Amino acid sequence: MELTDIIFYIFALVTIGSAMIVVFSRNLVYSAFSLMFTFLGVAGLYVLLLADFLAVTQLMIYVGGILVLMIFGVMLTHRVVNVEISSGAMRVIPATIVVGVFLGTLLLVLTRTKWMVMEGSPDVIGTTSMIGTALVTDYLLPFEVSGVVLLVAIVAAAFMARKR
Amino acid sequence: MEQFIHDLIGNDLLATIVWCVLPLVFILGYAIVAILAEMKSASWFQDRLGPMRTGPWGIFQPFADVLKLLMKEDIVPARADKILFNLAPVIVFVGAYAAFAVLPFASEYVGADLNLGLFYLIAVSSFGVLGIIMGGWASNNKYSLLGAMRSAAQIVSYEVPSATALLIVAMMVGSLNLQDIITAQSGGFWNWFILGGPKSDVVLASGAVIHADIGNFVFLPLLLATFVIYYLSALAETNRTPFDIPEGESELVGGYHTEYSGMKFGMFFMAEYANMFLVSAVAAVVFFGGWQSPWGITLGEALDIPVLTLLEGVFWTAAKGFFFVFVMMWLRWTLPRLRVDQLMYMCWKVLIPASFALALVVGFIVVIR
Amino acid sequence: MLLEYLPLVLVLAVSLIFGIVATNASWLFGPRRPDPEKLSTYESGMTPVRTARQRFSVRFYMVAMLFIVFDIEVVFMYPWAVRFKDLGWFGFWEMLVFVGILMVGYGYIVKKGALEWD
Repeated sequence: MELTDIIFYIFALVTIGSAMIVVFSRNLVYSAFSLMFTFLGVAGLYVLLLADFLAVTQLMIYVGGILVLMIFGVMLTHRVVNVEISSGAMRVIPATIVVGVFLGTLLLVLTRTKWMVMEGSPDVIGTTSMIGTALVTDYLLPFEVSGVVLLVAIVAAAFMARKR
Repeated sequence: MEQFIHDLIGNDLLATIVWCVLPLVFILGYAIVAILAEMKSASWFQDRLGPMRTGPWGIFQPFADVLKLLMKEDIVPARADKILFNLAPVIVFVGAYAAFAVLPFASEYVGADLNLGLFYLIAVSSFGVLGIIMGGWASNNKYSLLGAMRSAAQIVSYEVPSATALLIVAMMVGSLNLQDIITAQSGGFWNWFILGGPKSDVVLASGAVIHADIGNFVFLPLLLATFVIYYLSALAETNRTPFDIPEGESELVGGYHTEYSGMKFGMFFMAEYANMFLVSAVAAVVFFGGWQSPWGITLGEALDIPVLTLLEGVFWTAAKGFFFVFVMMWLRWTLPRLRVDQLMYMCWKVLIPASFALALVVGFIVVIR
Repeated sequence: MLLEYLPLVLVLAVSLIFGIVATNASWLFGPRRPDPEKLSTYESGMTPVRTARQRFSVRFYMVAMLFIVFDIEVVFMYPWAVRFKDLGWFGFWEMLVFVGILMVGYGYIVKKGALEWD
């Protein structure tokens, strides 16, 4: 086994293990903090896939932004006062169906796709400049549309603050 | 240098591990010096003598302090969340230390020479935020939680102007590699980005050429403003005065680490000092030429002694970093603490629009030429 | 490229190990004389009243949300900054439009007074 394989399994273990805690922990705050390790593990897997820019973006946006937002959200919930923040299982049957369908789709895609298998590791020096070019040429419209999506998020934030 | 360690140990992996422990040695040594410097500078600014009893002029005081922290009782409050309470200081320290991995100390000495170095530096600071919230929540103390929430809001807010300020230099270099950014400033202090960037063409390690001319002085006021934005944001991100509302002792006792004692408190303390040096060193790397000497040439290169070149590089990085750490200590005794509303006003209404405007103006000038 | 990232993994491991060892050092060297008063939550010498985990102002949530928006914007700008000299005017105007859209939103929140922290 090579060093990259060992590191892959470490990151995979961190990702899956912490994701299990996210799902099964009855304490919402534990779930939120455990998600940090999931994001970290996913970032590691991105690096192994040579998607370096994506990996660091994962850290920056998910760990630094989304997770802080989630934790703030947990702390805003009304059940926090004098009650241990907890989450239980409910609506088991519909949830099982939805998750089952999703899992089936994923497995189908996984087995049907013709994966390109490359020998050795490709000679890539980094994806940043390629992404930079692609953003303002081939993917210009999605790029500008994402700007509009961000605008909607800003308006929503302003609305929330006004309502108190 | 890396080759030197490789030859010394003979095992690649082991050599890399030694490589990764070196910054830790540096942080420990630096923390000792910085604790003394903080105490002494504070006392001299206030016309006091400061610690005088442990050793001549009290120079052994930091060692005594570390020993004291080690020998303290490790108190975990009964109502605290034990797991998160113990984990929080570790996470905060990991966040600070992970950033040191990409910091170039010399031309030959950088832990991980990433193409994304600058971007990575901004991203890892988010671990510290989570560690702080974790500690504040786990303590189950009103001051801790309030301090943690304020701290998190402050750090994430000020991350935007600091990231944008660093972006401006990245635009001029065309690379996020920290070594490239330093190489672009080679040849003397007039080529540093604080003075408008390179005045003659520079060839980067990747073969890319930065075309520049003497007219780069037009960037001087713009990059000076960029540096001020970065440094102010850095102060806020490290919770230093005048932005130390999260730990304002007059209202929040100790902020998020109120309940911590012994070495767990020590870890928060060390992470704060490590972060102070980190943001100072980033300021030095991005705006002040990093490991380059102010006159562009080193004694080691002149005499053709590689080890001397390396030591000079480390010296200049440390010297520039220490200087900005000292400025932080200086500001602490000069400026009063801001209020929360002033803090948010400063970030969202002054620094963020200013940094975006600067990025566009710099971009405009670069493209027009 | 992968080899460049190896030090990062090692640095994470080193700092985790050091962090865990160091935070438990006081437990090893220090005395252990717990009593109920010492273990109670610190509240300026008073007996703690209720829990600390209360609800927070929605403004914290708003700040985090605005941060994500601006953070994503900056993340988009970074790869652009690397290529920006080659892209020239075209890239510049594209980014101006992108930032411009966000500045409309920024103007809106300033006008709404969402950034007034009182």
